[in-house]
Amino acid sequence: MKSHRKERLSIILFITTGLSLAIGLTLFALSQNIDLFYTPTQVAQGEVETGQRIRIGGMVKDGSFRSANDSLRVQFATTDYINDVTIHYEGLLPDLFREGQGIVVEGAIDELGVFQASRVLAKHDENYMSQEVKAALDAAGASAENHLLSSQPET
Amino acid sequence: MIPELGQFSLILAFCLSIILGAFPIIGAHRNNLLWMSLARPLTAGVFVFLGISILILAYAFATDDFSVQFVAQHSNSALPTRYKLTAVWGGHEGSFLLWTFMLAGWMLAVAIFSKSLPIDFVARVLGVLGLLCGAYILFMLATSNPFDRIIPLPPADGADLNSALQDFGFIVHPPTLYMGYVGFSVVFAFAIAALLSGRLDAAWARWSRPWANIAWAILTIGIALGSWWAYYELGWGGWWAWDPVENPPLITWLFGTALIHSLAMTEKRGMFKNWTVLLAILAFSGSLLGTFITRSGLLTSVHAFASDPSRGFFILGILGLAVGGALLLFALRAPLMKSEFGFDLVSREIFLLVNNVILVVASASIFLGTLFPMVYQAVTGDLISIGPPYFNAIFVPLMIILVLFLGVGPLSRWKRTSTAYLIQQLSKVAMAGLVVGVVLPFIILLEFSLAATLAVALGAWITLSIVKDISNKVSNKITIWQGLGSLSLSYYGMQAAHFGIAVMFVGVGLTSYFSSEKSVLLQPGQSTELDAYSFTFMQSTPVTGPNYIGDEAQIMVRRNDADIEVLYPQRRVYLASGTPSTEMAIDAGFLRDLFVTLGEEKESGAWSMTIYVKPFVRWIWLGAILMAFGGTLAAGDKRYRRLRQRRIAAENEQISGRFSFIKS
Repeated sequence: MKSHRKERLSIILFITTGLSLAIGLTLFALSQNIDLFYTPTQVAQGEVETGQRIRIGGMVKDGSFRSANDSLRVQFATTDYINDVTIHYEGLLPDLFREGQGIVVEGAIDELGVFQASRVLAKHDENYMSQEVKAALDAAGASAENHLLSSQPET
Repeated sequence: MIPELGQFSLILAFCLSIILGAFPIIGAHRNNLLWMSLARPLTAGVFVFLGISILILAYAFATDDFSVQFVAQHSNSALPTRYKLTAVWGGHEGSFLLWTFMLAGWMLAVAIFSKSLPIDFVARVLGVLGLLCGAYILFMLATSNPFDRIIPLPPADGADLNSALQDFGFIVHPPTLYMGYVGFSVVFAFAIAALLSGRLDAAWARWSRPWANIAWAILTIGIALGSWWAYYELGWGGWWAWDPVENPPLITWLFGTALIHSLAMTEKRGMFKNWTVLLAILAFSGSLLGTFITRSGLLTSVHAFASDPSRGFFILGILGLAVGGALLLFALRAPLMKSEFGFDLVSREIFLLVNNVILVVASASIFLGTLFPMVYQAVTGDLISIGPPYFNAIFVPLMIILVLFLGVGPLSRWKRTSTAYLIQQLSKVAMAGLVVGVVLPFIILLEFSLAATLAVALGAWITLSIVKDISNKVSNKITIWQGLGSLSLSYYGMQAAHFGIAVMFVGVGLTSYFSSEKSVLLQPGQSTELDAYSFTFMQSTPVTGPNYIGDEAQIMVRRNDADIEVLYPQRRVYLASGTPSTEMAIDAGFLRDLFVTLGEEKESGAWSMTIYVKPFVRWIWLGAILMAFGGTLAAGDKRYRRLRQRRIAAENEQISGRFSFIKS
């Protein structure tokens, strides 16, 4: 083989090896980091394993919010208007968090069966409903629509 | 009446864009000088009418014209004037008008600063940009007209600008980001024009380089501003969240970074032309993808606009036509151009190639992680999200490899470099870098950590190799100053940008591993300790702003019993929309930031708050500023201008020759 052919071959080999290595690692990393999304109904029906990191989308149930007076612990229920899931969280809540607002929580169910949130997300644009919340309400069916209409602020 | 003028002006700009997209390109094909020379005046026309449009929208905001739906949704009579004016880009419709106006601005810049380029090339570049501009305006007119009215009953007052946007960051971040984003359209148009004319050569690369550098520099600043804004406004103490809408600018930036390196290779050695064109197309696609993701509402993100699917389809259509058309043209024309492989396995070409491969892989893996949830949902119907761990696991190792090569690349030579030479040059640099990496973090932070050592050692590795390279270049001159003076601006630009990477690397590494935070509940008078600092909550007082009310806390920060600073975080409620908002207080420093976000008051009178100590966080943005400075410096290199002047003469002759041929 001519020397420049050899060089070209080694460059192509180098690139292919690098690329396949990168793609393999990427897919592995991807498969390790998928957070599945569940609706409150799915969680209530016990579809989630203990310790599995998931996201739940739903509305903060009216009248469900409690906060400790001497610590930053809070608890509230997230609902798709069919089932509720009680969420425990310690820390500051996002600005737009309030009852009747669509939110997404990230976390896992602990050994006692309590959902411990590591992150609570509320959207910065109040006209905008996140896909997760919308999907949860859609899955819960038409009854949610009615609730939604009555609980949405006038815009 | 006045808003209708704005819309009328938009329609005129559309018509002019379409003419611009047709006649100059056809003229260039048929060698019709008159049609080609229409390009510049038409570009000026598009710019003027889009300018009038955006000014009229700003006027509607300034005069509280709530009969305009977009104004009613994004402003309020109590909003301070600076936010009224900038609320123009506070929502989907207006921000897209700004986006399009930015494109027109770049087009005008091309028309003005391309006097030395051949007229057929300029005609093609402006024609391509005109088509793009026309598509954007059509999108606005068809799906998102900012001048739509609420008739017959306009609201008495507006719904107010989203409170999270009422901030300095909102004034500067979107225009800068858009300007950088859209700038890659110019490089794209240069590539398309080169494909159309078949003149894909070193000269084309030389013309494209300053534009690519400037667009890249502005995009760097735009992303850094976004990161800085998120850091102090969103209040979670982070500077990057791998949010689906943060990612497209980064994807574009990584492709853009690969592009400016690949352009160097095409200009200096006439190689990898096809690859460079492909990168120009990819960088441009990244910018369109960003628009698509933000405006289609397909992904969940803090940035997403309230959306409707028809917009998504329209942008997807533009994306498909522009990128698909470009790739088709590329496929048809590319095989015509041959690149020869005239270099060894150890050479600057190889290091640039490695740079390109790493950057493209990094970009592609971010692209994958960003769009994977969307694809997954389309296929399985299940919603998922990809968290920061994925992005960190991929991106951090790739950047470490990139930086290792970055230290070697600039010292290597074109065509062939001996490995022994590189080892001789760099072994001491590597050793010194390692020593600095071990010692420096230990002195500053009084603890040993592998991550900090790695970050600092890599930063030192880049910095010392820059010093080594400059001292090599200076050593054979009579005096140091003479040596430094003989180096070109583009060389200094490169080194400044690389030094920026080093600074950013150190910042990212140290702030990621040594930041501490703590959420506490404090009664007035109580204190809490974090790292070497003590934070005492003195008291809280009510505050009133122009369009909000709230509470302000006073927090005394002490270190070693010496007072450092009093911080005043606020908790506000915006009156028009009733939205609460936290304003954190930051004591910024070169070596560390201290910051406090205020939560809420409990019945006991205690306040919840989160306190952060973030060492070296400023270095991240300082690095970005250095990079952008380097990019700008390189674009100012005098060889671009000199060659232009030379070319002017040659081209004028050529054109007049052609012209006389047509006449005869």
